[in-house]
Amino acid sequence: MPTLHTINKSPCERSSAKSCLDHVMEGDAVLMIEDAVLGARKGGTFVRVLKAERPACAVYVLGPDLAARGMRTEDLAEGISVIDYGGFVDLAVANARVCAWL
Amino acid sequence: MAEETNRKRFLYINRRAPYGTIYALESLEVVLIGAAFEQEVSVAFIDDGVYQLMAGQDTAGIGMKNFSKTYRALGDYDVRRLYVERESLAERGITVEQLMPITYEDEDDNYTEKPSILLMHRSEMARLIAEQDVVLSF
Amino acid sequence: MRFGIVVNEGPYTHQASDSAYQFAKAALQKGHEIFRVFFYHDGVNNGTRFTVPPQDDRNLQRQWSELAEAHKLDLVVCIAAAQRRGILDANEAKRQGKDGDNIAPGFRISGLGQLIEAGIQADRLVVFGD
Repeated sequence: MPTLHTINKSPCERSSAKSCLDHVMEGDAVLMIEDAVLGARKGGTFVRVLKAERPACAVYVLGPDLAARGMRTEDLAEGISVIDYGGFVDLAVANARVCAWL
Repeated sequence: MAEETNRKRFLYINRRAPYGTIYALESLEVVLIGAAFEQEVSVAFIDDGVYQLMAGQDTAGIGMKNFSKTYRALGDYDVRRLYVERESLAERGITVEQLMPITYEDEDDNYTEKPSILLMHRSEMARLIAEQDVVLSF
Repeated sequence: MRFGIVVNEGPYTHQASDSAYQFAKAALQKGHEIFRVFFYHDGVNNGTRFTVPPQDDRNLQRQWSELAEAHKLDLVVCIAAAQRRGILDANEAKRQGKDGDNIAPGFRISGLGQLIEAGIQADRLVVFGD
């Protein structure tokens, strides 16, 4: 059963986002929370890497963290789904384990 | 769950170097306490976490406690699977020979001393994570 | 489902405690159970009752204490991490010869075994840190 990976730091600040992508299996889910949502902006390096290297995993971003940082849905790269804390809980339920990349 | 038992598979992920922050020390304390609960324990050393296992740590000059020898006691606590990521070593210019020699005594094999450090490729580490029931990050 | 939640950072400096709190609230709203919230590393600092945050901002300790009371949550502060950082209950203060204690209502100090037990008893363990 798949894993929910969470990333909480900006990919430009720390390498945890990259480490996460290096350990994702097909069918896993990746959720970006807190400062990590900044990496979901279209045109940024991270989303380019994400698209090139991990097309087979579902990527989510926490809406409240986006809004807090002045990001709108239109600012996001394609293929990233916005969820709320309830959605975060649902993802944790739907996947067998949660792996935090701090 | 682990087959035929009610034991869960616990993976402790270490990705930070020791001393600059407390995570290495306090995660080791969890591993030691956790050993008493007889679950299936694996410890992963990824990214800068590999530095926790470096031989020759000398903390006299920084006035902090050198806790590196505690890793060598892990075998006595039945924690025998210390998975070190090959790519993390290579990216840092470290070889396994530069790590502490950490071993355990295999009671099923005449108490032969065997290495606890097991090198793994990134892809194998990904599969290891996918096999766990509980993943703890520090 | 039954959740275990781990909070690895203290209040305000990192968002971890906020994220954990929001997650906990959402889980409870959906009818899930929270087996335990375990505070480790600087996370133990969420458990002091002596914070005086600005009036126009959230009071993280009070939020946790109130959520614990409303839902009978088990908020556990790790004793080893707490001793390092000066979070004490009355018993610990007496034991250690300190002239006061500071544990907040709804939090209790206990051993690391409580974290392992949360991993064993919960269906999912979610870690919030830096």
